[in-house]
Amino acid sequence: MAKQYETVIGLEVHVELATKTKIFCGCSTRFGGAVNSHTCPVCTGMPGALPVLNKKVVKFAIALGKATNCTITQYCRFDRKNYFYPDNPQNYQISQLYLPICRDGHIDVETSNGTKTIRIHEMHMEEDAGKLIHDNYEDCSLVDYNRSGVPLIEIVSEPDMRTADEVIAYLEKLRMICQYLGVSDCKLQEGSMRADVNLSVREIGSEKLGTRTEMKNLNSFKAILHAIEGERERQIELLESGREIIQETRRWDDNKEASFTMRSKEDAKDYRYFPEPDLQPILISDQWIDEIKAKQPEFQPEKAERYKEEYGLSDYDTDILTQNRHMADMFEETAKLCGNPKKAANWFMGEVLRTLKDKAMDPEELTFSPKNLAAIIKAMDEGKINQGNAQKVFAQVFISDVEPLAYMEEHGLMMVSDAGAIEKVVDEVLAENEGVIADYHNGKDKAFGFLVGQVMKKMKGKGDPAKVNEVLKGKL
Amino acid sequence: MSEIMMDDNGEKKIDDKTMDNVEILAKLALTGEERYKAMAEMEKILSYVDKLNELDTKDVEPLVHVMPHTNVFREDEIENDDGAEATLSNAPKKKENQFMVPKTV
Ligand SMILES: [Zn+2]
Repeated sequence: MAKQYETVIGLEVHVELATKTKIFCGCSTRFGGAVNSHTCPVCTGMPGALPVLNKKVVKFAIALGKATNCTITQYCRFDRKNYFYPDNPQNYQISQLYLPICRDGHIDVETSNGTKTIRIHEMHMEEDAGKLIHDNYEDCSLVDYNRSGVPLIEIVSEPDMRTADEVIAYLEKLRMICQYLGVSDCKLQEGSMRADVNLSVREIGSEKLGTRTEMKNLNSFKAILHAIEGERERQIELLESGREIIQETRRWDDNKEASFTMRSKEDAKDYRYFPEPDLQPILISDQWIDEIKAKQPEFQPEKAERYKEEYGLSDYDTDILTQNRHMADMFEETAKLCGNPKKAANWFMGEVLRTLKDKAMDPEELTFSPKNLAAIIKAMDEGKINQGNAQKVFAQVFISDVEPLAYMEEHGLMMVSDAGAIEKVVDEVLAENEGVIADYHNGKDKAFGFLVGQVMKKMKGKGDPAKVNEVLKGKL
Repeated sequence: MSEIMMDDNGEKKIDDKTMDNVEILAKLALTGEERYKAMAEMEKILSYVDKLNELDTKDVEPLVHVMPHTNVFREDEIENDDGAEATLSNAPKKKENQFMVPKTV
């Protein structure tokens, strides 16, 4: 019988923190600035420049640590990791090795096989590197240091994951926690969340861990799934053919959908860490931790529970509405303003999600005002607009946050409830359908419905149905 | 410093293997003569530092900072304007406001 293998996966996840400034200087972290515009002597490693720690980075790290059941290292320090590479102007990265800020945490993730606990080994604070771009014309590399010194938290898990599904569930949970805390927007595509995958295989039943490889440059869930599948296959093939797995770093190539060894003599891993002499130690008091803990938001599980109780929404709806805090906040605001949580939920589950999908947008990017969606819902309740036109108005609210009533007025999307206008159309319809009127008087119920339909058709669906019924009944 | 062996017998601390590793880590490409000289100098430095090993530090806590300060922070406020010009003013080679360096993959 063929041997059965188990995949053992641990992750190193980097999240870029949503601070306004870099970790050790007052340069902006904003995306998309002109190259090298967000730089100063500190983040470009100029001689004599001294780093000063951004307090917000420590706060975010503590908040994330508490949200993931970690122990906070109350006396913690930075260390230097030494290596030469042009994206690293100091020739060292300031990171944490000996006393990382958070340790021994865990989070629970939902998988197809139920809830699973993934342990977190540690989290540390560090700085990001600059960006290298290859210049074909000059056959050289160009360096932009705008990202150099942007704060990162690296979250190192224990090797507790066994399948790609568990990996994705873990990443999604981490992303949700970060977004709820507001510590990071965690966008894989933009690199504000990056995952390195440590993977080994072993025969099922074996306690001993196999030799692992580390895969880098995974910037989508799809890449992570494929990389895990491919690396598992590669390692099993090596073992089956009696060859050895080499402990190495491999780089994922998204175009080729394969990983390649990064190992070379230039990549010798010897970082010669030592305590960072330019930064003073951090003392984190119990009081500081308590203050941060007291400010933690309502997280997804509690929020979902509350939606079920307060609004009477289904498990399915609450689960989806609470996946993203920004969307959940907008939903709540809309529900409050229109006074009808169920209808608000229907709009988010329907039109809002559909539009996001059509435009390939993230819930994080929603910008319309909840008061405008609430106004549409109210207008529908009051019979001022029909479903189809409400959707048209919402499309405009979604794009440019128009004021719905003004827009409806301007584009003639309002329902007509004016008795005079309806009477006029009813008279027309009656004049054209004498046979149907006779049917009606002979007790054919369908005839009435037909006449209503004719009136609505002439009014392009904008007649207030109740008013139309009333006028028609009277005339007949 | 895993590769830099300290031995008590007064024998060579910087052997060829160690020097190969130092060259890789420091991205140096030394000529035979330069390499010979560097090895001798490093040997001397390590022997000098070895003097510290004569002290008994068994009960001494490692000291990282001389000053007793902790929690030196700055608030998360933008302090710097566009720094591109100053940052690049000493660049040996530049192109379109970026540093130009040898091809690095
Ligand atoms: Zn700076």
